[in-house]
Amino acid sequence: MQKILLMIISTVLVNNFVLAKFLGICPFLGVSRKTETAVGMGLSVIFVVTLSTALTWLVQTLVLDRFNIQYMQTIVFILVIAGLVQFVEMVLQKTSPGLHQALGIYLPLITTNCVVLGVAVLAVQNEYTFTESLVYSLGASIGFALALVLFAGLRERLSLADIPESLEGTAIALVTTGLLALAFMGFTGLVK
Amino acid sequence: MTPLFNDLVNGIWKENPIFRLVLGMCSTLAITTQAKNAIGMGLAVTFVLVCSNLLISALRNIIPDKVRLACFIVVVATFVTIVDLVMAGFFFELHKAMGIFIPLIVVNCIILGRAEAFASKNPILNSLMDGVGMGIGYTLALLTVGCIRELLGNGSIFGLSLLGPRYIPFLLAILPPGAFIALGLLLGLMNKVNKKFAF
Repeated sequence: MQKILLMIISTVLVNNFVLAKFLGICPFLGVSRKTETAVGMGLSVIFVVTLSTALTWLVQTLVLDRFNIQYMQTIVFILVIAGLVQFVEMVLQKTSPGLHQALGIYLPLITTNCVVLGVAVLAVQNEYTFTESLVYSLGASIGFALALVLFAGLRERLSLADIPESLEGTAIALVTTGLLALAFMGFTGLVK
Repeated sequence: MTPLFNDLVNGIWKENPIFRLVLGMCSTLAITTQAKNAIGMGLAVTFVLVCSNLLISALRNIIPDKVRLACFIVVVATFVTIVDLVMAGFFFELHKAMGIFIPLIVVNCIILGRAEAFASKNPILNSLMDGVGMGIGYTLALLTVGCIRELLGNGSIFGLSLLGPRYIPFLLAILPPGAFIALGLLLGLMNKVNKKFAF
């Protein structure tokens, strides 16, 4: 129990996947203009990352390790992820059109999100068990969603501020992210 | 300027993938703690970009439209696997330094973005030029950020100590927040230069 709690705190706060591990920057900068869209994207990421890590972990254990073809990891993983996202989108469209509408365009976008492939590969590299991988991916994606929503709030405020012309847009967004990352570094002492 | 030469130079300044198109951020921020790693990453991405641009452009009339993205991904993933294995075999230090960002080249927005926007619609030679140009632009951008961060955070460039032993390193530059801030300020600078000279 303690190990799971430690892992959640570590992945959400201390080693935040966006602010400390640099995964998922592109959607982080692209989707964070409004808090509502940020929440939508965050939820989609949590959903896809957890599911895909579970699936890729199974594929690694049952297929790649058994037949000793670990070098195929990159290709197989990304295909599994792409397939899963496509499948999830189709299922959502049929079963829950409301949710599908809410998640909208973010679902196909997540395939090329570094976070999904990153978490999947890291979970296998760190040699976690199935349960540990699930907790790891859940924590990682919650961390991403948290950073995203926080940043969206910051950006909404930024749009009202008086920014020098050259710094407008992505430049000031990056500097703000840096300050947010600095704040998150304060969590470093939480996990030994 | 012939159109071929245009395609080559495009990726270096006018449509520099990092500073103008703002793609491929993840690797830029993570790898640039040392200038040496920056060059390694730049070359790896250039190799994958050029090869995948070539192959996708060659196959552009054969790949059915519906499975387009899946095909692109498989092509890119194959070349990334090649780079990964070659680096693990011949450049182990660099391989360890780059860690998880080697397999993540697959989802590097630049490669898929150029495949979708350029290689799938243009002939082979143009795509080759585009790949090389984008790769050079990417490598140059990485080098710039890497040199700045290494200089400020370590007092050295490529391991050569430049600022002397009395220099107290600005540790923030090689930590994550420093990466964001350095890139943001550099982007602002590029915007200013671009406006003044209107290239």
